[in-house]
Amino acid sequence: MKKTFKLSIVMLLALTVVLAGCGNKKSETNGSASTSEGSSKSDIKIGMVTDVGGVNDKSFNQSAWEGLQQLQKDKGVKAEYLQSTKSDDYNTNLNKFVKGKYALTWGIGMSLGDAVGTVAKQNPDAKLAIIDAVVDAPNVKSVTFAENEGSFLVGVVAGKMTKTNKIGFVGGIKLPVIERFAAGFKAGVLAVNPNAEVNINYTGAFDKPDLGKTAAATQYNNGADIIFQAAGGTGTGVFNEALGRVKSGQKVWVIGVDKDQSLEFPDVTLTSMVKRVDEAVKRVSQEVIDGTFKGGQETLTLKDNGVGIPDTSSKYVPADVLKLVEDYKAKIVSGEIKVPEK
Amino acid sequence: MSKLYKIFTGSIVVPLVAIIFGLIVGAIIMLVGGYDPLLAYQSLFEQVFGNLYDFGETLREITPLILTGLAVAFAFRAGLFNIGGEGQFIVGMTAATFVGIKVTGLPSIIHAPLALIAGALCGGLWAAIAGYLKAKRGVNEVITTIMLNWTALYLGNYIVNSFLLPEGMDHSEEIQPTASISIQSLVNFFNDARMHWGMLLAVLASVFFYYFLWKSKQGYELRAVGFNPNAAEYAGMNVGRNVVKAMFISGVFAGLAGAVQVLGVFHYQSIMSGSPGIGFDGIAVALIGMNHPFGILLGGSLFGILTYGSAGMSFGAGVPPELIRIVIGSIIFFIAAQGIVRWVLKPLYSKRKKEKVL
Amino acid sequence: MSAAPPVLELKGITKRFPGIVANDSISLKLNKGEIHALLGENGAGKSTLMNIVFGLYQPDEGSIDINGQPVLIDNPNKAIDLGIGMVHQHFKLVEPFTVTENIILGMEPRKGINLDYKTASAKIKALSEQYGLKVNPNAKIHDISVGMQQRVEILKTLYRGADILIFDEPTAVLTPQEISELMEIMRRLVAEGKSIILITHKLKEIMQISDVVTIIRRGKVIDTVKTSESSPHELAEKMVGRSVSFKVDKKPAEPKEAVLQVNNISAKNKDGVPVLDGLSLTLRAGEILGVAGVDGNGQSELIEALTGLRKIDSGSIKVLSQEISNLPPRKVIESGVSHIPEDRHKHGLVLDFSMKENMVLETYYKEPYNRKGFLDYDAIGKQAKRLIEHFDVRTPSMDTLARSLSGGNQQKAIIAREIDKNPDLLIAAQPTRGLDVGAIEFVQRQLIAQRDQGKAVLLISFELDEIMNVSDRIVVIYEGRIVGEVYPESTNDQELGLMMAGSTAGGKAHE
Repeated sequence: MKKTFKLSIVMLLALTVVLAGCGNKKSETNGSASTSEGSSKSDIKIGMVTDVGGVNDKSFNQSAWEGLQQLQKDKGVKAEYLQSTKSDDYNTNLNKFVKGKYALTWGIGMSLGDAVGTVAKQNPDAKLAIIDAVVDAPNVKSVTFAENEGSFLVGVVAGKMTKTNKIGFVGGIKLPVIERFAAGFKAGVLAVNPNAEVNINYTGAFDKPDLGKTAAATQYNNGADIIFQAAGGTGTGVFNEALGRVKSGQKVWVIGVDKDQSLEFPDVTLTSMVKRVDEAVKRVSQEVIDGTFKGGQETLTLKDNGVGIPDTSSKYVPADVLKLVEDYKAKIVSGEIKVPEK
Repeated sequence: MSKLYKIFTGSIVVPLVAIIFGLIVGAIIMLVGGYDPLLAYQSLFEQVFGNLYDFGETLREITPLILTGLAVAFAFRAGLFNIGGEGQFIVGMTAATFVGIKVTGLPSIIHAPLALIAGALCGGLWAAIAGYLKAKRGVNEVITTIMLNWTALYLGNYIVNSFLLPEGMDHSEEIQPTASISIQSLVNFFNDARMHWGMLLAVLASVFFYYFLWKSKQGYELRAVGFNPNAAEYAGMNVGRNVVKAMFISGVFAGLAGAVQVLGVFHYQSIMSGSPGIGFDGIAVALIGMNHPFGILLGGSLFGILTYGSAGMSFGAGVPPELIRIVIGSIIFFIAAQGIVRWVLKPLYSKRKKEKVL
Repeated sequence: MSAAPPVLELKGITKRFPGIVANDSISLKLNKGEIHALLGENGAGKSTLMNIVFGLYQPDEGSIDINGQPVLIDNPNKAIDLGIGMVHQHFKLVEPFTVTENIILGMEPRKGINLDYKTASAKIKALSEQYGLKVNPNAKIHDISVGMQQRVEILKTLYRGADILIFDEPTAVLTPQEISELMEIMRRLVAEGKSIILITHKLKEIMQISDVVTIIRRGKVIDTVKTSESSPHELAEKMVGRSVSFKVDKKPAEPKEAVLQVNNISAKNKDGVPVLDGLSLTLRAGEILGVAGVDGNGQSELIEALTGLRKIDSGSIKVLSQEISNLPPRKVIESGVSHIPEDRHKHGLVLDFSMKENMVLETYYKEPYNRKGFLDYDAIGKQAKRLIEHFDVRTPSMDTLARSLSGGNQQKAIIAREIDKNPDLLIAAQPTRGLDVGAIEFVQRQLIAQRDQGKAVLLISFELDEIMNVSDRIVVIYEGRIVGEVYPESTNDQELGLMMAGSTAGGKAHE
């Protein structure tokens, strides 16, 4: 009896293999069908490699991927992404696209800078692009943003709307990029509210929501009523802390980063400092489609609409404050105000 | 006759069947999830063996896994459970980075080995702390090594942050070219795959493991202590010293893993927000390899192939990387739970035996 | 024999393991109300046979009848259902549980979802009165003596309705007092209609209690005889396969210079309790000094102090006038001390090492085994081969794990290794514990041979027979000190027994 049972398990497992084999044939044809469908419009393939944050980081990786998806829909290019689970993967993932003859390979985030540089040097014929880092190679387009300018604008909002005159900033790792956020933000706050106090805090990580939550709790407990987070995945913790407090009746706000985060956290997002990574990705990718791609560095500023605040800000921010923001924006664009970077 | 019997009942068939079971379970899960398992496994295979570059990178992936696997197995042979491969890995990495950056003016033939030795020694000393506490104070090494993992992580970050970090970067400067253990000719041959001397070192380390443990006087002592510390003490061996020694050598393997990653793969050290995980993977590798150095060569290869191939699975068949961890997990599960495999295999054996009797 | 069929009949049981035939066509009949002894050396196949009866193994050939009906016993639960109970040599009890909890474990009577302790207690009480098995049902297992624990094991089988009880070496762990109580219990059990299979290699007990003896040697039944028609000599010969002498032949001792001088040593055990309290003794070359005493009076600590495994707080230990107290074990070994440890599994052998590796456990670091840090396995193999042949250690090969050898052969291997070091002082702690007649004879002869070669031998044993037969001089240890010294020719069991209980009246006080 028992032996029959055991044998039947063996048989069952064997059967699974056979079934799996059958399944394979079916979907293989499916696979080729979908490829041919994709290539009917355009043969151009664009790949993108995320950093360890992954494609659903609710931040620049996700924003970049949205840009590529948009492009896939509009222009019929084939877009693919690879997630990196550890830093060893950067080179191999980039190479996966480069060696697969993708027309353009994106590295998203400054931690891919070295990998993009190496791969670009090894494959001078390939075209690569990187967000948030500068890679000096003729076949690499480096896209950076004037985060300080955009942060100045949300600083204006915060400076105007704080009730406690205490404002927090929660950053990820203390990198020049993040310092630009902090410097611009502080300048913006002080421009409209010299009495306000800006408390700057770095958690040391971009992927630790628990650290973000703790940092936010500390800031709110110290009396801050608005926190600007520039901490990637860590920032989710800031939002969660704020949500908890709002639910228990406390009036606190978060200013989002990179994307319009009010879409995700509508109840606590005052406004967001949007980096149009999606726009940058679309624009540079378009250059490849058009055949006008050139290596080099490009910084997207307020002027280019590379940074800014989203329209949804009007939900909580009064019109007069928004008007003030527009005024400052004009002054920055015109060069009348020079926003510090540090 | 008896040797043949052993092969079929023990050492080889069971892990092999466990691997097959793991793959089948993975296939079932993929089927349930709506993915095509055969295409996925085919993509995995292609990702690993499809071209020279990927094959070279697979070797790169395998190398540190073998070393951390050896680390865990070595301690295990001496009756110790070293969960601190992670911390020893980081310490070895940091030491190698430090020597690689700060020591200048040496020829490559001296600088690179020096950096390797620094990494290996520091990894060993880090593990020896746990060994010392065990020998002198009876503190359980599982607890100390886990705690030392965190200490190592923050210590490594601190050192990089304070001494090695160029302005505005999230990782250290590059090591001096003289400290690199990359093999340029092989890099070229393998179409830019990051080939380095560490791969050879991992194989040599396995051979060393074997000879040291089973052929040397000290290895004899370590094994005696591992199997039966009471008898070892009775026979005049110094149990405490052997515990420290076993942990040190174990840590040397893990430290070496960290060193070759820096000197051969990255050439710099990042600020880490979390453990890299290679030390923990070493536990699984040791388990698959049944704590035998040559088993670990195979186990590390399997683990590395699956890990590296997972990118192919997600690229070629759309299977998420999480799923390949499930496949790996299933294989480890079946190896760890050998009883299950034997239980399923038993009717096959007993049937055969019965036929012989009749 | 004609009326009722035997309660248990084994017919041609054969069991093969890789490399050996453990049971070769064994047949055996157990009648109702009978105590049937199963006699055989260690490794003769007794345990395998009983494990087959208890459903732990399946026989390759042969069949089992119970009350004349053929049955298939493929797991222990089936055996229990058929009324077979086994009292294992190593008790299978849950230490922190009470006696009652242990007895009902797995067969708990229930009232709804709750345990019905009342019913259980009543049933246990009835059983213990019926068979004279006095136990405190509410005591925890770790608080009661070994003899009591064995009673709990017996009650466990009775509680499960056993009619056939298998006792596996039941006296190995008992004191003489407890052994006679156990005998009483067994008689009571058969009087109440139970049938018993007694596995043992102790002839004395077989003669005392059994009705029938089946002798097994190397997996085969040699003979089945009525105990009343046999003699210990006949049984021993059949078991070992040659004639055995019970009296240890030896010449009178010729003691020479003092080899071991222990002077007023004190030591604590691992819990910090003083266990050696000013102990002194002297041992000369060419004599065997027996240390008699009840277990737990400091014997283990004395051995540990002598071998460097335990620190002493005061006093001195000299071997050939060299101070060895508080030296590490290796230094002690190197100063000429060999030690046959009390617990061969814990201290004597690395069970997962091959025989070859075990044979050089204390000498591996010396030439010729160690050559520049690497072990010369050829030299080690040669040494192991020599010892194995010379001391007749029965092992399939030198590469066999020590674990898979029988207890007697393990002990032979240890003795071979220790004697071969040519020590000045040989410490033998319980050297024959758990061994069968043939092996005991061998071990005792070796000790005497060492003495005759002019070595000093310290024999520590709880077996009075052994102390009396082997020693040239006897000291009695009680509560960490030597309380008397006697000579085997001029003393008897009673006098020794009194001294072991702490009375110094019998012998002359020891200075």
